[in-house]
Amino acid sequence: MPFTPKAAVKEVQDLTHLATRAFLGSFRRPFYFRDILEQMDKIGVGSVAVVMLTGFFTGSVLTLQSASSLAAFGAKGLTGRLVAISMVRELGPVLASLMLAGRVGSGIASELGSMIVTEQINAMRALGTDPIKKLVVPRIIATTTMLPLLTIVANTIGLMGGLFVAVYVLGINGTVYLSSAWDGLTYTDVLGGLLKPLVFGASVAIVGCHCGLRTHGGTQGVGQSTTQSVVAASILILFFNLILTKLIWPPV
Amino acid sequence: MIEPILEMRDVVKSYGENSVLKGVSFQVRRGETKIIIGGSGSGKSTLLKLAMGLEKPDEGQILIESEDITKMRERDLARVRMKIGMVFQESALFDSMTVRDNVAYQLHEKGTHAEEVESRVRQNLGFVGLEDAIEKFPAELSGGMKRRVAIARALAGEPNIMFYDEPTAGLDPITSRKINQLIITLRDLKSVTGVFVTHRMRDAFTLASQYAVSDNGNVEFRNEGQVLCIANTRFLMLRDGKIIFEGPDEILRRSNDEYIKRFLA
Repeated sequence: MPFTPKAAVKEVQDLTHLATRAFLGSFRRPFYFRDILEQMDKIGVGSVAVVMLTGFFTGSVLTLQSASSLAAFGAKGLTGRLVAISMVRELGPVLASLMLAGRVGSGIASELGSMIVTEQINAMRALGTDPIKKLVVPRIIATTTMLPLLTIVANTIGLMGGLFVAVYVLGINGTVYLSSAWDGLTYTDVLGGLLKPLVFGASVAIVGCHCGLRTHGGTQGVGQSTTQSVVAASILILFFNLILTKLIWPPV
Repeated sequence: MIEPILEMRDVVKSYGENSVLKGVSFQVRRGETKIIIGGSGSGKSTLLKLAMGLEKPDEGQILIESEDITKMRERDLARVRMKIGMVFQESALFDSMTVRDNVAYQLHEKGTHAEEVESRVRQNLGFVGLEDAIEKFPAELSGGMKRRVAIARALAGEPNIMFYDEPTAGLDPITSRKINQLIITLRDLKSVTGVFVTHRMRDAFTLASQYAVSDNGNVEFRNEGQVLCIANTRFLMLRDGKIIFEGPDEILRRSNDEYIKRFLA
């Protein structure tokens, strides 16, 4: 499909429509608690390793980079503060979400896409189930609740990785690193840093479901939907990140 | 007159430029089996999807047990669909679930008690002769077995009417016969109303000319022979989105229409 303004508006409209239907559907019977738990396990627990690795490497590299810049001003002791703020406000939420867009968003799109292509979604409807409630709502709830938790994991491991590099590579005192990290953070940072993944998580799941459910054209279509879901979710994450950052931490 | 279980009135449907159904009207009465035949792309499968409410017609009305489903919301449609069992072309089994969970799906949705679910699942799998496959996943089954599980799944909710979308497509003659005999058994011994979509005339005529009798629990299949119209089956032929024939097989065979003659040849 060529990318035209009209197509873009249509896309946004479809996404909003799906999100609204899912939102309203989540308050009406029947509730699929088992499916929600299953998805939480698959999406949340299943992504812990990936998110830990992401956090560790990001925290470490951030420490390496910022320490050398700060050393130029004789402020090497503030490394912890800079790493903590960057991790909690930006890199933790954004990178964890991007990893989830790749791992979970694509998974959702390809799973639902395959179900469309093999008529399983139609079969589900034929058996009297609303696929929005049975498939979309559990995935949105699971991703939206799990991503903030995963972000906490990423942030914690990131700070640990930073500490490890600070102490063993850069020779910064561990207590200095941690206390400057602690001093640097405010409640706004922590809460804002948790609001972001909430929004990102919803975006990843809704985009994944939307791309999956509008799949057409066989196996090739499934591949296309999967790719589109990752691209669209990543762009949305970066876009919402800009907006949220502007709102939560208004420039002084 | 018996109230029709499914009725279409002047149904029109098109996809973009491509108009698939151009004003189709017919009725299916309780206990009857309607065989819808026609070439590829004549709108047969679309007809079933519309009747199931999976898609909406552009014009016309579709009534299931006198309820117009064309204006219904998805939420209300779910209730109507519970009355219908559908066997999809490629079975469309849920491949993440075992055969047991596939057949039990609708019962779970209705919140049926676990013991009853198990007994109904076994009963329906027994009917299609697949009780041994209960723990298997769809990927482990052959095409014919999948079709039979799909029939069992559709039957589990005790529907008032069954839709079969080319249930024998891609199957060998022996397996096809087994599927056809299941459908005949349902029609004659369990009085299940059916709509059977196919382009294979062989299957269509088997359905129209054979009937099942129960002899102390043993199901036997007999040919109609010279006794006309025992099998409660009517044909409906579609061509380019229009009905060009409606009636029993005896009349279809004697038709003078060039297209029908070619189709039957």
